[in-house]
Amino acid sequence: MPRFGMVIDTKKCVGCMDCVVACQTENDVPQGFAKDWLVTEVTGTFPDLSMEIRSERCHQCDNPPCVYVCPTGASHIEDWGKTVQITEDKCIGCKACLAACPYGARFTHPDGYADKCTFCIHRVKEDLDPACVSVCPTHCMHFGDLDDAESPVNKLLNSRESHVVLPEAGTKPRVHYLK
Amino acid sequence: MSPVEITTSRLNQHVDPVLTVWAWEIPVYLFVGGLIAGMMIIAGLNMLRLAKGERSEDFNSVQSPILGFLLLNIGMVALFLDLSYKLHVYRLFMAFKPLSPMSWGSWILILVYPVLISSSLIRLPQAWPWLGERIPIVQRLSEALTTRTRVIKILGYANVVLGICLGIYTGILLSTMVARPLWNSAILGPLFLVSGLSTAAAAIHLVSSITPGSPSPSGFLGGALAALVQPLGANPPGPGTQNSLVRADQIFLSVELVLIGLLLVGLLSGSASQVAAVDILMSGKYAVLLWAGVIALGILTPLLLQALQLSDRIRHTIIPAILVLAGGLALRWVVVGAGHASRMVAAGGM
Amino acid sequence: MENLSRRRFLKISAATFGASAIGHFPVGCGFGESGGPATGNVEKFATFCEMCGWFCGAIAHVRDDKLWKIEGNPLDPGCRGRLCPRGTAGVGAHYDPDRLQAPLIRVGERGDLRWKVATWDEAFNYIADKMKGIAAKHGPESIALWNHGSGGRFIYHVMRAYGCNNMVMPSYAQCRGARDVGYKLTYGTEIGSPEITDIANTKCLVLIGSHLGENMHNTQVQEFAQAVENKATIIVVDPRYSVAASKAKYWLPIKPGTDMALLLAWMNVLITEGLYDKEFVAEYGHGFDQFAASIAENTPEWAAAETDIPAETIRATAREIAAFRPATLVHPGRRANWNGDDTQRSRANALLNALLGNWGRKGGFFLRSSMRVANYPFPAYPPAVKPPVDNPDGRWPFAHKPVANGLRDATISGKPYPIKAWVVYACNVALTMPNPPETREAADKLDLLVVIDTHPSDTAGYADVVLPDTTYLERHDDFYLGSGRQGWATLRQPVVAPPANQRPAWWMAKQLSRRLGVAEYMPFEDMDEYLAKRCELSGIDYDEFREKGIVMGPKQPITIEEGASISFDTPSKKVEFYSDQLAEAGFDPVPKYTPPDDAPAGYYRLITGRAPMHSFSRSQTNPLLQGLMDQNEVWVNADTAATLNLENGEYVVLKNQDGVASSRVRVKATQGIRPDTVYLVHGFGHKNPMLKGAYLNGASTSYLNTSYKTDPLMGATSLHTNFITFEKEA
Repeated sequence: MPRFGMVIDTKKCVGCMDCVVACQTENDVPQGFAKDWLVTEVTGTFPDLSMEIRSERCHQCDNPPCVYVCPTGASHIEDWGKTVQITEDKCIGCKACLAACPYGARFTHPDGYADKCTFCIHRVKEDLDPACVSVCPTHCMHFGDLDDAESPVNKLLNSRESHVVLPEAGTKPRVHYLK
Repeated sequence: MSPVEITTSRLNQHVDPVLTVWAWEIPVYLFVGGLIAGMMIIAGLNMLRLAKGERSEDFNSVQSPILGFLLLNIGMVALFLDLSYKLHVYRLFMAFKPLSPMSWGSWILILVYPVLISSSLIRLPQAWPWLGERIPIVQRLSEALTTRTRVIKILGYANVVLGICLGIYTGILLSTMVARPLWNSAILGPLFLVSGLSTAAAAIHLVSSITPGSPSPSGFLGGALAALVQPLGANPPGPGTQNSLVRADQIFLSVELVLIGLLLVGLLSGSASQVAAVDILMSGKYAVLLWAGVIALGILTPLLLQALQLSDRIRHTIIPAILVLAGGLALRWVVVGAGHASRMVAAGGM
Repeated sequence: MENLSRRRFLKISAATFGASAIGHFPVGCGFGESGGPATGNVEKFATFCEMCGWFCGAIAHVRDDKLWKIEGNPLDPGCRGRLCPRGTAGVGAHYDPDRLQAPLIRVGERGDLRWKVATWDEAFNYIADKMKGIAAKHGPESIALWNHGSGGRFIYHVMRAYGCNNMVMPSYAQCRGARDVGYKLTYGTEIGSPEITDIANTKCLVLIGSHLGENMHNTQVQEFAQAVENKATIIVVDPRYSVAASKAKYWLPIKPGTDMALLLAWMNVLITEGLYDKEFVAEYGHGFDQFAASIAENTPEWAAAETDIPAETIRATAREIAAFRPATLVHPGRRANWNGDDTQRSRANALLNALLGNWGRKGGFFLRSSMRVANYPFPAYPPAVKPPVDNPDGRWPFAHKPVANGLRDATISGKPYPIKAWVVYACNVALTMPNPPETREAADKLDLLVVIDTHPSDTAGYADVVLPDTTYLERHDDFYLGSGRQGWATLRQPVVAPPANQRPAWWMAKQLSRRLGVAEYMPFEDMDEYLAKRCELSGIDYDEFREKGIVMGPKQPITIEEGASISFDTPSKKVEFYSDQLAEAGFDPVPKYTPPDDAPAGYYRLITGRAPMHSFSRSQTNPLLQGLMDQNEVWVNADTAATLNLENGEYVVLKNQDGVASSRVRVKATQGIRPDTVYLVHGFGHKNPMLKGAYLNGASTSYLNTSYKTDPLMGATSLHTNFITFEKEA
């Protein structure tokens, strides 16, 4: 059974935000909201600077607080792929999951239910990459099975230094950033 | 350390730049919930005394459940108003999620309802004679309860246990959220429980002081109005009970003060995120409300006024009770608001 | 894709005549049904993108008759299956709420935005009557065309047929012209578009004033990422810490305007240390000795004082550049008009590459390969009677294409002959050209200003007639013939019907041709017929083309490694280190450095650039792109900002050395820019209130560009010769 994750090469990313637009059209994300977004960190003092650009989204945590706090089971881990998903029909809009996510990855859809990145699971089921990954002009994003030692994502992870966002939250996020 | 410039493209409503998912509804609900919890505990303890045959059926024991029932409906309305997918609210009761404090809470509330209604029945026909006259079953149920000490005892225990659950859960609900470092403290449960007790004591004191002791008007309209306005009216407490309430409140307020101190100390000695979170309380936009509203006006001032009252240096007034209630609401407001705004920061200055 | 669908769209577009309601997407909602993954009946159409001029092959997805998403065409060599953010956001161009919806005829004074909604017949009759009047009185040459984009192809065609010959594209003198002339003077060929840069295979990439990644020309950015992955040495010269700079081994935050000094010093090191490609220079170089002597004084120590880059860094980077030759590429840039001496700087850039011997080499410049598609058998254009006005008497002797600012100058002066009409197709002349008041002054001299655009641009604001164009998703256009490593052709076909009374430019051209009496130049019924004819003449299966969207040309060797041979179309037939033709014309035959003007006290040099999510000034109201960037920010060094008491995120007004003030703009206080320089992304600060979503969002770089210089060789107008100061918002 796969356990999907992403490996994103921050060295190759140019921060063009194609991933953001692709998500918006693919998933009909309502105007004014984003399921994935861009974080830029510039460190240092002129002219000794470094920059990390990260395409961020729901980190599909192995230890997802949003799932734990959900009172109805709307937020849940799907068996196949181990992704965190929301059953819209079960959601009551209590927003506990929004508060529980250390990444702010969720938002309330204008229709009332909690919404977030799905890893484009509808595409993955058709053997396609998530929309953000599939459009990236720099090929900086990689999607695959983290439980498969031979998967390209694992090979990348093993070959380069990487980090996750807010490891101290203890959520065990599955979006990894290559340094 | 080098300066770090972090920019994010995300600007999701109610999430960025700081979380504001919960507006007035949740602090109001948490306040009301704590108040009901405190009243249930006080009432429950008095019911146990009553079951033992002690004379304790006056106001704060067997009548406050009526008030609790009314408040519970207000809390539930607030809770419902907060939901953004309202028609799906029934989903709460189609699942029990042991890891979700909110799931616990919704089931606790479901249990609180029958307990409060049953407890209310003890005094309902007296509080609202019209009801007892028109609907004899109410009268009969009330008689059946008051004459069976075992039932009163069970109800007493149920009130105490559920009251504690309700009081603590409102704090646990917040404290389990690692993502909000300000809430991330085990103190929050006991703090909300004790704050609930203090507001409950103040509320009972306040309501029993302002309601006239005369029998309620009866008749359809009059009876209904009496039930709303003076649910405790039939049996005003004596000065001794009043004083015992004030003394209890003094203990609750003192413990509350200590717990707030512990909360801050605990956060300050916690993670980088928690230390940063305290800043929101110390200097942020919630600082004034916390220090002036919650601590000075909500705890210290009533403590002082109550002490002066008890030693008969000043006249008894309802001012301390009002301040305690306002302080209790302010505490929820501060904790919810500032907790929202607190967020995890990466360690190591990344 | 079925024939049925295509016919249906033609039918729909014919039926929307006179319709005026625009299809707004649901409020607070995206572009389709809410929630969950997409479901519904999905049709796909191959076309090519025109969110910018890179023209990537695209596959548009239509779900339940509504435009859903656009993906790259995997067969297309330009995008290789992956569009840039603007291409992906093409959906938003179709749904943009600020689009023009019906023809408008001015009823008030010029520029006061009072209009009458007209029928297409009224609009064309008005235009044709005016054009005929002007042609009768002044000759058809007094009607000029400003053109940018595929749709203008038939407007150009019909106007040429009518005898017009003042046709300009600002993309020359306001963008890459100086670069192309610099290379043409040196190698005999221009760099062109798409650039012939082999970034994918380079081992050392030098970007000097080029911010690839933020400048989102798709193939180049893809290859730039490949270069990063290949661990190519990257050297970025930029006063600003660009995204590219963050990937570089060396970031040289150069003092703006001194790039020539750095280029000369690098070449000086290559020559004095003997690191250059001596064989290449010996075989293909012309005038090397004169050149070497001329730059002998341009030592790193000399350049260090000019550029603020330490001499040691200049030496180290020069050695690095040389170490990987010929697989080192000093990118020629694209928007190359900075300081007014840009052709000469481009020559220096070209010569540095020549010293590396990278022409026709893997990892350097490859040789362009293209494909031919037969032309439609049109009658020949009538011979021009009067020469164009833009470059009278060879004022800019090395301009090899029309100079847009020359046309503007001539319109103002009425010399050598009066220009009485402008037709402006899809280029926002007002914000494209420096110093918009000059453009307005020119417009005031006109009897007819027709603007054909999708949006009420600043230029449309002072038009006599505004014609609402379709977006590229709603029309046919002529083929795009791509060239690069291999030639290819792409076709455009309608994907969705226009939302209101917009019409494609080819149709407008056809209507106009009838009224101007040149109908024989538009003999085809519709574009389908035209495209099918070209395919038939070229032996291309049109149906298969429409299905796949791409036809590839023949594969040819493009590098010496692959067996290609190189030659140079200069007067000497060699790479001209020393240019006799420049000497003859009285210009420096070898590039020389002129120091830039100093900033007045309290002023900061303004430099400009691009953001990956916007194209010029035409994408700001695209709801998807607006969501990514709704205004520009003025980058200020954080220490400078602190000195000036400017808070990050605060709004200020910029005032330039001539007292011209910008609209309000947010401060971005950052360590990532030189303390003496400020930066603005171009394209914001629209001043036509009809463009509701972008009106006064951010600051316009063009309005602040009052003190522009003009390249004496080819007429390019500079962008980086202004200084600004900050004013707190009142």
